[in-house]
Amino acid sequence: MDFVAQQLLTGLSIGSILLLIALGLAIIYGTMGVINLAHGEFVMLGAYAAWALQSFAGIGLLPSLPLIFIIVAAFGWGIERLVIRHLYRRPLDTILATWGIGVMLQQIVRLLAGGELRYVQLPPSLSRPVTIFGQEIASFRVFIFFGVAALFALTWLLINRTSQGMRLRAVVQDPAIASCFGINADRVYAVTFAYGAGLAGLAGALVAPLKSVSPEMGTTYVVDAFMVVVVGGVQSLFGAVVSAALLGEASGVLGFLSNDTVAKAAVLLAVVVLIRFRPQGLFAARGRA
Amino acid sequence: MGFSRRGLLKGVLAAGSAGAAGFPQIWIKDASVAYAATGDIKVGVLFSLTGTTAIIEESLNKATIMAIEEINAAGGVNGRKITPIIEDPASDPATFAEKARKLVVGDKCVSVFGSYTSASRKAVLPVFERQNNLYWYPTLYEGRECSKNVIYTGAVPNQQQDEFIPYLIKNFGKKFFLIGSNYIYPKEENNYCKKLLEKYGGEVVNEEYVPLGHSEFSSVINKIRNSQPNVIFSTVVGDSVVALHRQYRAAGFDPEKMPMASLTTSENEIAAMGGDAAAGHFTSAPYFMVHKSPENERFVAAYKKRWGQDKVTHFVSEACYFQAYLFKQAVEKLGDKDLTPNAIRDATMGQEMMAPQGRVRIEPENLHTWLWPKIARAKSDGQFEILVEAKEWLKPVPYAAYPGQVCTAKGLQS
Repeated sequence: MDFVAQQLLTGLSIGSILLLIALGLAIIYGTMGVINLAHGEFVMLGAYAAWALQSFAGIGLLPSLPLIFIIVAAFGWGIERLVIRHLYRRPLDTILATWGIGVMLQQIVRLLAGGELRYVQLPPSLSRPVTIFGQEIASFRVFIFFGVAALFALTWLLINRTSQGMRLRAVVQDPAIASCFGINADRVYAVTFAYGAGLAGLAGALVAPLKSVSPEMGTTYVVDAFMVVVVGGVQSLFGAVVSAALLGEASGVLGFLSNDTVAKAAVLLAVVVLIRFRPQGLFAARGRA
Repeated sequence: MGFSRRGLLKGVLAAGSAGAAGFPQIWIKDASVAYAATGDIKVGVLFSLTGTTAIIEESLNKATIMAIEEINAAGGVNGRKITPIIEDPASDPATFAEKARKLVVGDKCVSVFGSYTSASRKAVLPVFERQNNLYWYPTLYEGRECSKNVIYTGAVPNQQQDEFIPYLIKNFGKKFFLIGSNYIYPKEENNYCKKLLEKYGGEVVNEEYVPLGHSEFSSVINKIRNSQPNVIFSTVVGDSVVALHRQYRAAGFDPEKMPMASLTTSENEIAAMGGDAAAGHFTSAPYFMVHKSPENERFVAAYKKRWGQDKVTHFVSEACYFQAYLFKQAVEKLGDKDLTPNAIRDATMGQEMMAPQGRVRIEPENLHTWLWPKIARAKSDGQFEILVEAKEWLKPVPYAAYPGQVCTAKGLQS
């Protein structure tokens, strides 16, 4: 029983971090179809924003979260206006362009902030472990879990229950018809991209106290994010949740039963096998893509 | 540049074909590479300034450059200045080999200072052995190497662990949890650790390796919780060190009762993880920034003045610094004689000097260095508190984990 509870919690914690990283990509890739290889760098920018606000402005991690969201979202908006907008009908060029943006962001951050690993402090109120189901777990991990749940609920409501979300769904289904109904597709894309980038920024800020902050940190996260979105099924927000939970539990249990090296390889192998037989992912979107 | 490279390429091709014909010596003996007898002394500096390990190698480059600048400012060596030729191998072993070849064959450097990772050292080793040049390697490493073409100024396993393991058993208990990154260095260190544990009655409750760059330690933390060890013996490297310490602290483990004992956590890593995550954990190394000696005070002050007040010195940058001075002493000893890598190597054997950590000496038998092991505990201000200092320097034994194998002046004897 102890073992089950422990593994369940660990898996949920790993899964919530995966979902946090992937949520922004699920919006940008899932709904807009833009393969954004600079996603990892948006995560990295969020982490650096947290570091800069903390060490230069003295703002702690929790109060700075809204600011970080706005900063990275604004940055994403700029990228969309300058580059992505011109490439909507050219997916291959988008891959190359976003990859290039990612490389540039890494080097710009390296030049501005230096190559050293940076340090974001754990909020003091969340630095002690808590006991859940008889298992001790870091309270910051619990905080991330609920933070992700809240962000996911918010995102779902935005897309499914607001007029802005309805416009987005209309544009995704058919931009031309949506335009005929007076929806400014251009603007919808820009806002959506900015929102996705802002989510990635929040993810970076939230993982920073548990992991390390460096210009190259994004390269591992972008792989995780794509893995979650592809396994879950593009265009399916709930698919991303299920796939993050599955991948988290699998890494947690395999890591515990054998070790993290084996777990990583086994999980990637399972993903390869899955997309071989089910290329649309676990939850394929119904309707026209 | 292009022209000389092409010439070089032809030379190498000629050497290759001559080698195939059975006359390798004619081409690769020192005689074919004429080192400048007058003018500046050219040395290579080969640390990554970009890529994943640039984070630490940048500081190694800085310490080396500073030592060379100091030597030149004080009049150089035998009236000649040392000219460093700096190359950036970009954290990539293949680029290391290519840049090493350029420094040795193209620039005719008499020595090269470089490398942080074992992978990069292994990659350049064939270049230095074939060209019979000399590589100065400042990093602590796993031992089990015996080359006439490398001077090793960092610690080998016996110099970090011989005192450390018994100390940990005595103060915390005998149950050890071994965790390392998944590559040669942690595996060799753990091999030696297990030998020592056997000798002192300790036991291994788990031995675990995580992928390089790994940052999710939930499963490891569960295993630690379940196996209740007394000491976590860590040879995790790079960004992973930071993630491990942060998550260890967030999980609520108390370093007073169950500390991590590391061979790789220096002032540099502590700055990256924050003092609160590092406080209370142990490191064994020959040098710490807080070490009290006139040489070290001078070194730290000069380093901060040259590179910035917020910079730290650590056990690898210290070795970078003193090995440049050992090079100078060896060249001085040669006087007017021909300055070849071979002659420098022979003159380096047995050289001694007062380094920031204490008096160091190059062991003539195996070209490793006699060092001063120390055990220290990290504090929340980002510095260490030295708890144990060796009373005498310790001989380097690169094959300590392999009884029957000894590195000698004639090569490996087994």
